[in-house]
Amino acid sequence: MSDVIISIKNVVKTFGKVVAVSNANLDVVKGEFFSLLGPSGCGKTTLLRMLAGFELPTEGSIEIDGQDVTLVPPNHRPVNMVFQNYAIFPHLNVASNIAFGMRKSGLSKQELAQRIDQMLELIKLPGYGERGASELSGGQRQRVALARALIKQPKVLLLDEPLGALDKKLREQMQIELRLLQQHVGITFVFVTHDQEEALTLSDRIAVMDQGDIIEVSTPTLLYEQPKSQFVADFIGTMNFFDCTLTDYSDDVASGQCAELGEIRVKGQQPVVQPGETFALAIRPEKFSISFADPASSVNTVEGRMGPSAYLGDRSHFYIHIKGRDNPISVALQNLSGVLDQKYSTDKTVWLSWSDDAAVMIRAEK
Amino acid sequence: MNSTAAEHSLVARFRLKFRRSETLRGYALLSPTLTVVLLGLLFPLAILLTLSFWKQEYVDLIQTFTLTNYADFFEKKIYYLILYRSIRISLFVMLATVLLAYPLAYFIAFHVKKNKIMWIILITIPFWTSYLLRVFAWKVILGYNGVINSGLMSLGIIAEPLQFILYNPIAVVITLAHAWAAVAILPIYVSLEKIDRSLIEASRDLGESAVMTFIRVTLPLSLPGVIAASLLVFIPTVGDYVTPALVGGTRGIMIGNIIQSMFGKALNWPLGAALSIISMLTVTAVVCMLLGATHLFRKKVA
Amino acid sequence: MLYLVFLYAPVAVLPLFSFNDSQYVTFPLLGFTLKWYAQLADSQGLHSALINSLKVGVSVAVLSTVLGIFAAKAVTRYRMRRSGLLIGFIMVPLVIPEIILGISLLMTFSISEVKLSLVTVGIGHLMLCTPFSMLVLISRMEGFDQSYEEASQDLGENAWWTFWRVTFPIILPGVVASLLLTFTISFDEFVLAFFLAGTDSTLPLHIWGQLRFPDKLPSTLALGAIIVVLSTVVIFAAELIRRSGVQVGGKSKV
Repeated sequence: MSDVIISIKNVVKTFGKVVAVSNANLDVVKGEFFSLLGPSGCGKTTLLRMLAGFELPTEGSIEIDGQDVTLVPPNHRPVNMVFQNYAIFPHLNVASNIAFGMRKSGLSKQELAQRIDQMLELIKLPGYGERGASELSGGQRQRVALARALIKQPKVLLLDEPLGALDKKLREQMQIELRLLQQHVGITFVFVTHDQEEALTLSDRIAVMDQGDIIEVSTPTLLYEQPKSQFVADFIGTMNFFDCTLTDYSDDVASGQCAELGEIRVKGQQPVVQPGETFALAIRPEKFSISFADPASSVNTVEGRMGPSAYLGDRSHFYIHIKGRDNPISVALQNLSGVLDQKYSTDKTVWLSWSDDAAVMIRAEK
Repeated sequence: MNSTAAEHSLVARFRLKFRRSETLRGYALLSPTLTVVLLGLLFPLAILLTLSFWKQEYVDLIQTFTLTNYADFFEKKIYYLILYRSIRISLFVMLATVLLAYPLAYFIAFHVKKNKIMWIILITIPFWTSYLLRVFAWKVILGYNGVINSGLMSLGIIAEPLQFILYNPIAVVITLAHAWAAVAILPIYVSLEKIDRSLIEASRDLGESAVMTFIRVTLPLSLPGVIAASLLVFIPTVGDYVTPALVGGTRGIMIGNIIQSMFGKALNWPLGAALSIISMLTVTAVVCMLLGATHLFRKKVA
Repeated sequence: MLYLVFLYAPVAVLPLFSFNDSQYVTFPLLGFTLKWYAQLADSQGLHSALINSLKVGVSVAVLSTVLGIFAAKAVTRYRMRRSGLLIGFIMVPLVIPEIILGISLLMTFSISEVKLSLVTVGIGHLMLCTPFSMLVLISRMEGFDQSYEEASQDLGENAWWTFWRVTFPIILPGVVASLLLTFTISFDEFVLAFFLAGTDSTLPLHIWGQLRFPDKLPSTLALGAIIVVLSTVVIFAAELIRRSGVQVGGKSKV
């Protein structure tokens, strides 16, 4: 494939006895916004630092744009990085920070000044060139760090949790700007984050990592709607899991028996196990509907008792106890009609149901 | 052809290993400093040890292994007594310095709000002046015709100069306690400054009095600074010879003076070397005992 | 407060009696004079000792700071095995009595037949000053994030240029502090110089020599007074530089 820009092959990184990355294989496609997502300590930052050249893989190889860069030092790689703390040089002003990497560019002073002005325009900080590094806010630092990297016209831009230090409002605004910027410049972005919402918002594709392993690589929609592992399903958003046994699969419909839910049916999915074997049935909170009358069918439905609820503004979370299950099922409903209805009061008997394309079958993890 | 290729790959493999290993790269960076210290410190100390097993006969060094010098130390009581006195003086100096420095450091760390650094500078300024001149100033102050005596006499408080203030171990302790004050204040100040104020507030909140809070929280947390201060004062003062020479008189002579005389008048380098080795070992032993004691203290408080 | 008097008393004695028109350092004061200072200006021995001390002090300051930069960089920027042991080793001169360092160097030079001179004094001072320089620079290097250096590499600079374009400007206040500190230590050092100087005299050796002559006493006080004033100026200058450094450090905070 000619449009692969980064190719990570069998990369292992150990620090002493600690395995930071175990056997990573990954291809990033030219021009995409690619995220490495995982809890802290999962190895995502180590993987990014190996792409930048700050860490050398213990085993395996890394290719960027068809060239093996496994052992190439950072200053000779066609990638640039936006650091977690931005690393805006404290002894230089904004313009000198942006110009830092252009010492050997061969541009004349005038051309360089022009390029810097263009970059300041791009990051929406025109006229800030003479500002000192200490006079910048967090969001402005982040933009200067972007400009400083982008002026080098790297083949890949690496971003190490660049939004982590910003407050929520600013972070959401920067997410949008970052996405627009990436589409504008057309450079491949590799973005490290532990914030699943951020990864879903920004990315074309996401690699979910845990304990040094790449668990799953997919698009945001598929990761959310059809996760292939319990870890991914659980890490991204909220998920209810049920232990089930597959009884039959025919005509694109899988039937199963679950200890807590009774009979279930899933349509349009290839089962992950053979009939007779167990699997995990995963259902998102917002896929449930709540009714107060016993539905006619006993398939894909379960009786429960209302537990506590939480009002979150745009939606509400309900916790519903069902027989034989310790932790309640999490259910989310849109608040379409104003104040929380009296009818959802605690201890009321309700029936939960879901459509046959709402649940996901996942290989059970012990 | 083949062998150069092999050599080439060997070089390449080494370079690869070098790039991969932070330890190697770190050591490479450390190596200039390390080499200098190796040549200027470890090597001389090795020579010191070697020489302590040789023997001096008039102006010649006899280069055969002998324990005579060490035997001398144990046979002639004078060396043993002076070493004992040196340790005792240094321990007094250490105690005096730390006890005086702690309140001051505490004051700056907890009660000075603005310009703490200015305070630190003001306190350390006297110590940026020549050590020799400071010791000398004490000699002038404490002397028979010195500042204190002549001052008191011209004020009519005393008729005769006081004789007991110069040329004795007390003068040595005073002078050394002054000379090393800054060395004690700084580490104690740093350790007090580092203490998270909320810990002290937590202790008060949990019902301890100010005094008990100090004993149970502040003091144990500042103990590293106190230990550092104690050692930084104790160890070098044992070997000091300028102060005893200037203000100590014959009763204030310390082991440093003896060692120095072995390299001057007495001209017995091997004995001087042996005395140095014995002093260092003794100091190390005392330091270990001090550290053991503080360890016990810490356990008890905890 | 009494303690402060105790700290300052000896330092105050020097200037006070240096202006006193008397051979003896006793109360009551006999009147104001500058003749002791005039005597200093004529002293040939003092001049050569001063120049010797300056030579040694400047060389030692530069060399020990360079060694300190190497060591501090290695310690703060690399994960090394057994580095603690080596650091402790470099720190040894801080915790052994100077006299022992002095005599072991003296024996070494004597056995290897190196003639005692200002160079040997400098070597002794280098041993003493390098740990101080290293401590100052380690604290400065720890104070700023490694990502600045990584950013420079990432933007295409090699190690050499990264040092000069990023590391050095940021640690500059630490470098200046280290230069001043090591210079002061060397300038003031007596014990090592006493053993290692040979026939050349440094300022402390000169003062030591003067102390034996009662008639030189007042002019020695005058010399002391000058040194007190000069070192005070240097210390305040160092602090001002350090403060400007604090600002640079402050800028690095996100």
